[in-house]
Amino acid sequence: MNPKLTRRRFIKGVIASGAVATSTTIWYSANGQSRPAGAVERMIRININGQMRNVDVAPQETLASTLRYKLGLTGTKLGCNRGECGACTVLVDDVPSYACSVLTHSVKNMRIESVEGLESANGDLHPVQQAFVDELSPQCGYCTPGQVMSAVGLLRSNPNPTREEARQGMAGNICRCGSYDSYLNGVMRAAQIG
Amino acid sequence: MAYMHIGKDFVPPDVPGKVTGRIKYAEDYTRDGMVYARLLTSPVPHGRVVAIDASEALAMEGVFGILTADDVYPDGEPDSPGLKVLTNEPTLMGEPILAVAAIDEKTAENAIAAISLTIERLPFVLDPLDSLQEGGANAYNGGNTFIFRQGFAEEKWTADQVASFRSGNEPTAEALQSWEYGDLQAGFAASDFVYETTFSTAGYPHMSMEPRSAMAYWENGKCFLHGTSQSLSAIAEPMAAIVGVPLEDFVFINEATGGGFGQRARAGSIPSMAIPAKLSLKINRPVMMRVTREEEFTIGGARQGLQGWIKVGFKSDGTMAAMDMYCISDNGGKGGGGDANSAAAGVSALYQTEAMRFRNTSIGTNTGHRGAQRGPGENQIMAVVAPIMDKAAEELGLDRLEIRKLNAAQNGDVSGPRSTPFTSAYMPEALEQGAAQFDWEGKKGRSRQTNGSKVRGLGIGQGYHNAGRSGMDGIVRLMPSGRLQVHNGIGNLGTYSYASTSRAAAEVLKMDWENCDVVGGRTDRHLPITSPQDGSNSIFTNTRTCFGAAQDLLTKMKEIAAMDLGGETADYEIDGSRIFQIADSTVGMTYGEVAQRGIELGGKYSGESDLPEELNTLTILSVSRLAGSALMGVYHDPRHNNNPPGFTVTFTEIELDKETGKFEILDLVTIAECGTVVHPQGLANQLRGGAVWGIGLSALERHLYDPQNGLPASTGYWQSKIPTYLDTPAEIGTGWVDLPDPENPVGARGIGEPAMGAVSAALNAAISDALGGHLFDTSPVTTDMIINHIAGVSEDSKPLAQNNFRG
Ligand code: FES
Ligand code: FES
Repeated sequence: MNPKLTRRRFIKGVIASGAVATSTTIWYSANGQSRPAGAVERMIRININGQMRNVDVAPQETLASTLRYKLGLTGTKLGCNRGECGACTVLVDDVPSYACSVLTHSVKNMRIESVEGLESANGDLHPVQQAFVDELSPQCGYCTPGQVMSAVGLLRSNPNPTREEARQGMAGNICRCGSYDSYLNGVMRAAQIG
Repeated sequence: MAYMHIGKDFVPPDVPGKVTGRIKYAEDYTRDGMVYARLLTSPVPHGRVVAIDASEALAMEGVFGILTADDVYPDGEPDSPGLKVLTNEPTLMGEPILAVAAIDEKTAENAIAAISLTIERLPFVLDPLDSLQEGGANAYNGGNTFIFRQGFAEEKWTADQVASFRSGNEPTAEALQSWEYGDLQAGFAASDFVYETTFSTAGYPHMSMEPRSAMAYWENGKCFLHGTSQSLSAIAEPMAAIVGVPLEDFVFINEATGGGFGQRARAGSIPSMAIPAKLSLKINRPVMMRVTREEEFTIGGARQGLQGWIKVGFKSDGTMAAMDMYCISDNGGKGGGGDANSAAAGVSALYQTEAMRFRNTSIGTNTGHRGAQRGPGENQIMAVVAPIMDKAAEELGLDRLEIRKLNAAQNGDVSGPRSTPFTSAYMPEALEQGAAQFDWEGKKGRSRQTNGSKVRGLGIGQGYHNAGRSGMDGIVRLMPSGRLQVHNGIGNLGTYSYASTSRAAAEVLKMDWENCDVVGGRTDRHLPITSPQDGSNSIFTNTRTCFGAAQDLLTKMKEIAAMDLGGETADYEIDGSRIFQIADSTVGMTYGEVAQRGIELGGKYSGESDLPEELNTLTILSVSRLAGSALMGVYHDPRHNNNPPGFTVTFTEIELDKETGKFEILDLVTIAECGTVVHPQGLANQLRGGAVWGIGLSALERHLYDPQNGLPASTGYWQSKIPTYLDTPAEIGTGWVDLPDPENPVGARGIGEPAMGAVSAALNAAISDALGGHLFDTSPVTTDMIINHIAGVSEDSKPLAQNNFRG
């Protein structure tokens, strides 16, 4: 995870935004639906999948919420909404980050990539996606977009990982179906074809 | 046998959608005018709602309505321990009491905060044995157990009886459920080694990755429900009943499901999906109900915990002569299950026990909702029994592999209280194949070798689950375009069996897979009934139906060809999407032409008449809606004979660190014995995924509740200790026996559940081996327990404790 985008910083951001810091309130305010008294939503421009998008973002709104509920990019999944599972992983300036635990306002000058941005213009799958298809890496598929994004981030920083490095690099993504080994097969194949 | 599709890998049609994020789960849908529901859940582990005052909430701007248990059950809540849609009598913390719909979730939450709930707090209990003891609290209002066809009842033991059981003795109270076969006494008398112990296995949550969010709307009197289930056609009718709408006016949409593991197979375990449906009807707007991870924990199901006593006798040659098992099963606050029964039947199947007695009493606790979880019962007990097998081998001077081979199930064997024969069984072959792939002979000498603080342990485990059903229906359609449409009612939870079983139809018709479509994903695509997708049954059950429907289609194709081109049906053969005369292949029709003729002929050819008797209501409805659209194959599958088993074998080597209590898996190989392999990649995924689940059962996962207030302490992933990449070996070896089963047209049986049991069994055996043969008689074996054992520190928790620490 990007050291700049720690969970602590996220929580500090929420508290600073004026929301009451109970876990329930964080959850709902993070869905971008809360408007603290007197606060106004702000229209900001963010760089998502290479496009500048205008979007109305509440101060305490998470990036996952903006992507899913404001921009319709539902490929980013929410498994826990509290930084435990990695289903919401996106790349922020190439670094895999939990979108449920990043405030959208804190990344507005950064490059955000979600699973929807990986295919090439002609519709070809990204090598990681293709490798995951070839290896039948997903089972239920709910963690898959997060696994894809972590793998893409890993291979950008380390194009030829050992299997052990890949295992360490992917460790922030839980898969309840237990498809870890199949995902690692996919990462290693992607490194070859990438 | 050389197959065109069976045993070959392919890309299931939903996989690209999964890697691109394009496939939709329930929460990914939206609809104009959609509003949001939030739940008010029980703040106490056991209570009774006395009054609800929602007047202030309903007057708030942006609030559209409320749904209470009184709305859902105007005639009173059903008198059963099953999950309710909403309840006024919560028996677990966090159970949904009411739902509020509002313009957004924040407004719904604020409205819920403004509701005045008066709830009477009732005594609660977290451990079945505490409830069993005289004077102990009852989890339910009507008692602490539920007896089928009789209702709630109270079961109590004296304090001495409970204390005696906790201190390691055979329970003396009569059990509520029992069966027996063989001569138990004679079995023990003939035994040269008898092991007797109390044991406990922990309950723990399913924690499917996708929370059970659901969205519903109504259009022209029809209810459209976007939900999440392991099953598709099987839950249409019961879910329609829960929603309160006729089957023909109910559409369940569920293209993909983010994990189920037993808890989303049947409507009764996911009744919360009815909340948005009922709210939507009430307020006349689409309603989305997003479910949080904490809520998923509460209503998302959990494995039953077992507190048991077991006595096993072995003859001098290693034969398991007798087993006596007594269980107290934790039924939790809602639901229940047959884990203990399956555990005993599983031992009988795997070890061919000559005489056996099973006794069980199920007791409720005010903890998570219980229901089937991957290999319910079998997988817990195999982790307890595998180290006992090793103890017996050691005491009797036998090799650990040999004692398993001696007791292994093979063709012609029977199991369980009714001595049910297996359809086929090749366990000795699986053991041999696993031993060779793992190199048991080469590695077994490393057992208990030390290196500094590290010690090696080796283990062999075996898994079993009954893995196949029958009596379901199949529908296939040959279109004028020449394409084959296989209507498949299985859900899509990631096993890909919805696609791989459809290939049995392509196989019969010798069709290229590129010319076939699997039709599923929503019930208004006119699906045949199938069994709920649980119990590892789909591969067996639905290859039968798809194969049968395609054969019906083939028969009709031959009849049409003979009618139009002359000769008898036996004169015709198919290949390359053509039907032609065997004697002169130029005389024939394309699949598209024969489909067109079927439509023109109508009647039985296009599904308008002569349907098989005994078709299920849903299938009849589906066929009636498809009639006239294609040349149709419609099939009702007769019942199969005997018990189709799914068997697994796992060999593992671990290195256990005596300083930290942690162990690393150095090598792990699982072999499947599941008949003919239908889809190798899918099978390998089940074996790998099952291995990860086995690691969780053996070493990590358990329920934790605060004993003072009954608060769950393991609602999240990290407290629940779901295995991660780093708990899992970087590579898991897989293999399969691949011998056909005679009761399935392509020889296949299921495997999903036993894929886990063999691994937990092997790991517990390996831990025991590393610790010089010490038996914990429990799962999970946590690092704390290992360290305490090494340090000679006795556990300070209650023996056999459930839903709390045990070491
Ligand atoms: S949803 Fe963000 S880490 Fe789980
Ligand atoms: S594929 Fe199901 S959670 Fe990973």
